[in-house]
Amino acid sequence: MSILINKDTRLLVQGITGREGIFHAAQMLDYGTRIVAGVTPGKGGDWVLEGKVPVFDTVDQAIAATGATCSVSFVPARFAVDAMLEAADAQVPLLVCITEGIPVQDMIMVREYLDRAGARLIGPNCPGLLTPGECKVGIIPGHIAEPGPVGVVSRSGTLTYEVLYALQRSGLGVSTCIGIGGDPIIGTTFLDVLELFEADPHTESVVLIGEIGGTDEERAAEFIGEHMTKSVVSFIAGQTAPPGKRMGHAGAIIEGGSGMAADKIAALESAGVSVATTPEAIPELLT
Amino acid sequence: MKLHEYQSKQLFSQHGIPIPRGRVAMTAAEARTITEELGGRAVIKAQVLVGGRGKAGGIRLAGSPEEAEELATQVLGMRIKDMPVRKILVDEAAEIQTEIYLGVANDRAARVPVMIASVEGGIDIEEVARKDPERIVRVWVDPFLGLREYQARNLASSMELPRQLWSEFARIASGLFKTFLDVDATLAEINPLVITHTGQLLALDGKIILDDNALYRHPGLADMRDVDEEAASEREARKYGLSYVKLDGDIGCMVNGAGLAMATMDVIKSMGGEPANFLDVGGGAAAEKVAAALQIILSDENVRSILLNIFGGITRCDEVARGILMALEGVRREVPMVIRLVGTNEEEGRKILAEADLPTAASLNEAARMAIAASRVEAVG
Repeated sequence: MSILINKDTRLLVQGITGREGIFHAAQMLDYGTRIVAGVTPGKGGDWVLEGKVPVFDTVDQAIAATGATCSVSFVPARFAVDAMLEAADAQVPLLVCITEGIPVQDMIMVREYLDRAGARLIGPNCPGLLTPGECKVGIIPGHIAEPGPVGVVSRSGTLTYEVLYALQRSGLGVSTCIGIGGDPIIGTTFLDVLELFEADPHTESVVLIGEIGGTDEERAAEFIGEHMTKSVVSFIAGQTAPPGKRMGHAGAIIEGGSGMAADKIAALESAGVSVATTPEAIPELLT
Repeated sequence: MKLHEYQSKQLFSQHGIPIPRGRVAMTAAEARTITEELGGRAVIKAQVLVGGRGKAGGIRLAGSPEEAEELATQVLGMRIKDMPVRKILVDEAAEIQTEIYLGVANDRAARVPVMIASVEGGIDIEEVARKDPERIVRVWVDPFLGLREYQARNLASSMELPRQLWSEFARIASGLFKTFLDVDATLAEINPLVITHTGQLLALDGKIILDDNALYRHPGLADMRDVDEEAASEREARKYGLSYVKLDGDIGCMVNGAGLAMATMDVIKSMGGEPANFLDVGGGAAAEKVAAALQIILSDENVRSILLNIFGGITRCDEVARGILMALEGVRREVPMVIRLVGTNEEEGRKILAEADLPTAASLNEAARMAIAASRVEAVG
């Protein structure tokens, strides 16, 4: 009952010996994720997490030894670009980049390169993915979601948790939750994820959590109107944000007339999407 | 990070783009001297990082050094959108025949840089985009190939510029694109790029916005930050790695995560309240960050209550609660606070706060309701 990750996912953690990397690797392992390898250049040959996970110097070596199918990166911003390119060159099909603060022009280049290499990237600056009861890749808290039929896709971090928590308290389970990231240039968009949810037999409805900035929600609305048979419920953060002000991360900025919450909500509603006024109102729109 | 006009034009000039002769002045006397050097006529331009300075009277034409001194005195005494004018640019006056817009930004949907041009230059390009979209021409740039000369020529030809200017236009377009790349800009624009009465192209005004995430590799550019142009509270927030935007309401907000911070503001507003600010304390909600954030929120005199919404997730709420108490120690607190904590050990976290007499809420909606109610209670002596 999932998209992109499940109990068979064999995970590689890039930057596993860093502070963030080791903390979240332990959390993922606890959740039941099959972490098969870690990579930190210069630390190859070490074992971490009570000797359960081998560390390699390069992604190539890690893939050759373990056959990892997905890589999650906690590598600091200055080295994150190389980490993504290295994983793509080693033919890892699914990359998840948690790192925030990567320059936009770097991401434009990475994104173009990954497209040509045929790798899928989730993020950067994202909380990752969670398939409740099976696999967690990234930093989404595992205990706030149960398995079930609702697909969740979001541009935010903690706001996603808020929505998962509201679903859990209403007794609604989740097939897969994906945080696509808040940066201007990201690997996988709403549209890509909606397509996957539409094709997944175990996902019955979808929650789309958007925010101000860009036109991703509008393009998602177009896709929903034309191609989705499953019902979609949404919340857009930043309805009260003043234009021209940067609200935290790079994605959340209203540039000129486009990117405003009102335009996004209007586009979604005209595609038949119910838009909640508060995150806690989402569960009742699903039932 | 926004650069001033004079800083942007210096960078353009370093990339071979022609700009008017001129210099920055801090006093009216300097403006007079510069005008003399320029031959007796000059444009006095307020250097502020807010838009609309032309309409506000911040751009004036002086016909003599004496007039330049007089106008400079006026402009240097102005406030534009509440920002005092501290610097002026004194530029040689140009005789304008045509005004062109030329800019580079990243197209989020296409995920590549886009160069935009229009013969409707001199005014806000967003305005042109709304009213006259067919007057705007664009070329998308392959990140591995860069801007090619034929693309610049396509822009010139679409705008029906005189043929004899095409190669010079292409040279300027290429310089602008190189500037954009070299400084890691998210926006670089020349508005207007003018054709003078003698048929020369000249970048009369310019604007560059730098990518904050890339400043680490441009120490020289980072030093160009004009700290005088930031509100004191926003400057303080940046020092602690907090993201803060002051708004007009009376309910202070402290939230971890930008999306949740915006959603918290939305919930407050949907229940009839007015948020006083956006504030993202980031992950973890460490004690010293919470303390700094509280100080910043309390420095806004309009704040009548504070809503603290922390979705801890993996972070342990009992630790966050202790952090909040520690943070509160050095802080004067006559403003009521409502705290909402979710995450591991949230029961224990709430107990710690309750013992310290701090009201907690179970849901976001409830927290917003409580904060709104608290903001409307007359201050107790």
